[in-house]
Amino acid sequence: MRPFPAKLIIILLLMALTGLFAWAILSLPLNGTSLRTQVFANIGHSGVSNPVTAVLLNFRGYDTLLEITVLFLAVLGVWSLGTIHIPDLLQPAGLFLMALLRILLPAMMLTAGYLLWAGAHAPGGAFQAGAVLGGAGILLLLTEVRFASTIDWWPLRTLLSAGILVFSGVGLGSMALGGRLLEYPRDWAGILILIIESAATLSIGVTLMVLFVGGKPSKADGTVSMKSTGQREDKT
Amino acid sequence: MSVSILYSLVGSVLFSLGFYSLIAYAHLLRKILAINIMGSGVFLILVSLAYRWPETSPDPVPHAMVLTGLVVAVSATALALALACRVQETTSSAQLPEDESD
Repeated sequence: MRPFPAKLIIILLLMALTGLFAWAILSLPLNGTSLRTQVFANIGHSGVSNPVTAVLLNFRGYDTLLEITVLFLAVLGVWSLGTIHIPDLLQPAGLFLMALLRILLPAMMLTAGYLLWAGAHAPGGAFQAGAVLGGAGILLLLTEVRFASTIDWWPLRTLLSAGILVFSGVGLGSMALGGRLLEYPRDWAGILILIIESAATLSIGVTLMVLFVGGKPSKADGTVSMKSTGQREDKT
Repeated sequence: MSVSILYSLVGSVLFSLGFYSLIAYAHLLRKILAINIMGSGVFLILVSLAYRWPETSPDPVPHAMVLTGLVVAVSATALALALACRVQETTSSAQLPEDESD
């Protein structure tokens, strides 16, 4: 904790900052033009009917591509900080938890699939579906800690990078066909967005699960050993 | 004053509250939480300003920006937590050292 006068100065400065924000918000013109009109004028060409998905995957595709890259960079950063040793479970998960998991996991997969599909015309899409998938993965990790040692397995590593690969592949492909980067052919926009979103969903789900482990899982001579992810979290 | 403006003002207060914690406390976990509170304030401002015209459908562009921002915030938090764990392991303390000249 800082001494009292310094605290007071910080509080006064932050109150001034809040006042500045309030002034900026209140002075926004109420009848100014917004990008909304442009979005709704062009939504017929975007391949989807949900305006948020149209903005995310078509009009502002760059943002989403870079965002998936940020997720990937976060995994690289976490993995480069060191390895984590996954323990054998000291105590197997309870009967009730296992039974619950058996019901919950398929339901969560189904929900993720639905959200992905619904994203074309209703609130939903790759991020929501990816978050549900990530939640399912974390639940699996918490119940079956040994599962974490499979994270270094090549199919999971492929899924981790699938989002970037497919998204930039489609973007470059549209360039090769004579368009600009990420400019989808109009008739194919809907199906291309669905393909990109499916890959992004899997990538986001796996990324969130991998980030939860908090380090690159290591396997010492085939058997997993040492401290648990739970203990590691307790220390912070 | 419309409800959307009220929510935006709450968002800016939330941002400043988070900013205060970020500056005032030396513990890394508090700093990470503070950055998340600041982010929530920004998201609240964006989402509510998109709804300034209640008679029409909300502006989808800020909504898409918030969705993007949420994912970035989650991954940045995960990286920050991993870094904080690393600091804790190396220095056996998750606090930043206090300045001696204060």
